[in-house]
Amino acid sequence: MNFYLNAFATFFKIGLFTIGGGYAMVPLIEEEVVNRKKWLTQEEFIDLLAVSQSVPGVFAVNFSIFIGYKLKKFPGALSLALGAILPSFLIILAISLFFHQFKEYEAVENIFKGIRPAVVALIAAPTFSMAKSAKICKYNVWIPVVSALLIWMLGVSPVYIIAIAGIGGFIYGRLKTQNS
Amino acid sequence: MLYLELFLTFFQIGLFGFGGGYAMLSMIQGEVVTSHGWLSASEFTDIVAISQMTPGPIGINSATYVGYTAAINAGYSHVWGILGSITATFAVVLPSFILMIAISKFFLKYQKHPMVEAVFKGLRPAVVGLLAAAALVLMTPENFGSYQTDKSQFIVSILIFLVAFIGTRKFKVSPILMIVLCGLAGWLLY
Repeated sequence: MNFYLNAFATFFKIGLFTIGGGYAMVPLIEEEVVNRKKWLTQEEFIDLLAVSQSVPGVFAVNFSIFIGYKLKKFPGALSLALGAILPSFLIILAISLFFHQFKEYEAVENIFKGIRPAVVALIAAPTFSMAKSAKICKYNVWIPVVSALLIWMLGVSPVYIIAIAGIGGFIYGRLKTQNS
Repeated sequence: MLYLELFLTFFQIGLFGFGGGYAMLSMIQGEVVTSHGWLSASEFTDIVAISQMTPGPIGINSATYVGYTAAINAGYSHVWGILGSITATFAVVLPSFILMIAISKFFLKYQKHPMVEAVFKGLRPAVVGLLAAAALVLMTPENFGSYQTDKSQFIVSILIFLVAFIGTRKFKVSPILMIVLCGLAGWLLY
């Protein structure tokens, strides 16, 4: 089969079966790209993963573009990314078209009354595991706390928080190298 | 012009959305609910719930949903709604294309540069803060009910929150199963 078609179909299938956000896609991409198709080695896969995580944007899309570009330059990036995006786009579009009618039913509204607090909990829960992988310790714990309070209490846009944190890290690193 | 605003807003979200799915949500929410008022807080929570139950990245799911709903809420027809979702989805992935292709070319060269590492040392802890803020900002009477007007809904909501938090964090219950169970609880209790 044509490489681009094969790549598109592979990522379309992955996009179709990963429920629970972009990170749920990682093990499936690994299975297809490293173990089955052998397009990348294990080491290459981990490198691409690490960089994709540090770049802004939708992680699964970044990752697909990176893998595709490494394999077949721009056309590769396009076919993998389209494969990853399309299932999600089509399903949500179908839901949007009908959801407004659904919501008229009282039972649906009651179900969502139960779901909404759970979703808030699902967002809160990974904060703590993420704190571990971001290496939060007593010296830098003020950064997430102040960031969260600025957004929550004062309504500061997260865009500014990200920009300031990046610039702050850069200045801190520069001062540290000058001192040593 | 709604479509231009959708494009610019989601382009900005794609460009500055560090930290993946949930961290991006606080940014999407800030723009879509607080700044532009395209969706209400409870409509926004609904799309998070729908995203959890449907396949695909949450950033794509929410762009598609917001693009459609913003056009419908502004009084446009279904066709214009579909165009809205195409606009928002295209805008949110465009920065990824530009950035990732530029980065693919240079990453091996500068990956270990101390200045690059310094920037990420500042970014990573802030991303954790964004995630915490996304949860805090959603703790509204729209999502939990109000203690004054509907005590029972408020108490049930707090219980559901605690069960979902402990269930997923301590007992590793899958988020999809958790949402299904809490939806069932809502259906039976209300």
